[in-house]
Amino acid sequence: MSDLQENKEPYPVINILECKACGRCIAACPKDLLQLSVDLNERGYRYVEYSGGSCTGCANCYYTCPEPLAIEIHIPLKEK
Amino acid sequence: MTEKIIRSSGLYPEFPRKGGAAPTATHYCPGCGHGIIHKLIGEAMSDLEIQDRSIMISPVGCAVFAYYYFDCGNLQVAHGRAPAVGTGASRAEDDAVVIAYQGDGDLASIGLNETMQAANRGEKMAIFFVNNTVFGMTGGQMAPTTLIGEKTVTCPEGRDPMSTGYPLHMCEILNNLKAPVFIERVSVSDISHIRKARKAIKKALEIQRDGKGYAFVEILSTCPTNLRQDAEQSTRFVNEEMEKEFPLGNFRDLSAETEPLKRGKSDFSKAAIDRLFNLETESSPDAIRDPGFPEVQIKAAGFGGQGVLSMGLTIAHAGCDASRFVSWYPSYGPEQRGGTSNCSVVISGGSIGSPVVYTSDILVAMNKPSLEKFAADVREGGVILYDSTIGECDIPAGVRGIAVPAVRIAQEAGSVKAANTVMLGVMLALGVTGLSGENFRSAIAETFSKKPKLISLNHDVLEAAVAWAMENV
Repeated sequence: MSDLQENKEPYPVINILECKACGRCIAACPKDLLQLSVDLNERGYRYVEYSGGSCTGCANCYYTCPEPLAIEIHIPLKEK
Repeated sequence: MTEKIIRSSGLYPEFPRKGGAAPTATHYCPGCGHGIIHKLIGEAMSDLEIQDRSIMISPVGCAVFAYYYFDCGNLQVAHGRAPAVGTGASRAEDDAVVIAYQGDGDLASIGLNETMQAANRGEKMAIFFVNNTVFGMTGGQMAPTTLIGEKTVTCPEGRDPMSTGYPLHMCEILNNLKAPVFIERVSVSDISHIRKARKAIKKALEIQRDGKGYAFVEILSTCPTNLRQDAEQSTRFVNEEMEKEFPLGNFRDLSAETEPLKRGKSDFSKAAIDRLFNLETESSPDAIRDPGFPEVQIKAAGFGGQGVLSMGLTIAHAGCDASRFVSWYPSYGPEQRGGTSNCSVVISGGSIGSPVVYTSDILVAMNKPSLEKFAADVREGGVILYDSTIGECDIPAGVRGIAVPAVRIAQEAGSVKAANTVMLGVMLALGVTGLSGENFRSAIAETFSKKPKLISLNHDVLEAAVAWAMENV
């Protein structure tokens, strides 16, 4: 997949400092694109990582996350 | 390339009020439902463009710190009192969007009465009732909504209805009332439920935006920490056990046929407030700002019945008469007579920040316990007036102690009960209050306006006390 194509797909931005590893987003992702890290974040929690790939931008992870600022969904808009 | 970004709105972009290591993270536990609900309410406030009109009322419970997060007005109220305070806010500011965010302890336990009364009056407010079947903040005790058989730290064998009754169904209870406009029960257990909850929350706030009346949304939520669950178990618990007891769904939506409820603009002018409290505006002239007037802090203390509270009130009246800013702040036990009581009076040339007096310029002690209790708090250069019957006592260094034969002077001038007025006279003669004799005389007239016979008697006592002070101090 080229860079150009990749940028056309939606993708989540995860602010790992806020993550407390509850795992709700992992269960909510319809494409199974989220997983728990091996490493710990600054505050000592494992955190959620986006494995890349076919994010649909459904925002399930954003809405189910108990931390309001931990996840953002970026959806590239098609150029006319 | 341009992007659409889905991110939180209506909440602050950072939470500096929270402090700590991560100023962008909430104080909630992993997997807690509060953050999800905060996000939904914030988003709805932002979408409806009502943030500037919104007053969020923080509960007592884990969400007590709601003001860390919500970018709108906030009131923090006593446990369970959100509907009562919300009623005041809503009626004082007709355009306000009042949002009460309450947990099962706050709303269904200590605040049940207020909850029902406000619903029954159809107050204009949105209530978000977060039901997770347990008291979170205090450590996982049984709530009114705890399920039968559910274990908490105060029902370790599971809730037994024989001793603790049954889970309270708040939506069903409120649905018996006529006034509410909207009642719905939703859940934030998982994503499909969250999306339905999002709609209900927005609807409740839409009703507030339009000023249509009372909206109640019960939100079944998770408390993984206190219920000893992980995220998956907490989702299952809400879906499979809570939903059985608390069926989801809309109980009522009268928003389409309800007209906006206009309560009219509130009048906070001095004349209107004086009328409300049955005060004569002429007898309490507006205070005049005077930076040159040094603030005077007075403490008066004694047994209940010695007239220390009314003495303080008379000083405050005298301050009013002189167009000063004044406060009078009583402190007393439940007894009508006996027991000790005291009051704090502040007379100032500017607005008074707090009516509490910690260090006083003048202490009036009518008995020994009061003198012992408050003498150490008198400022250097201050004055202590105490009744001479107290006898020998320690006056702190740098403070002037004056033993006043108050009871005797009062008795000679007409009534033993007027010992408190003697103290006023001495205060006047010493010139320590910055108030004039005329101020004191008219204050006494105001104090005894319902017993006119006592006015001249107390004026006589005042004069006798001034004369005594001129001669002896």
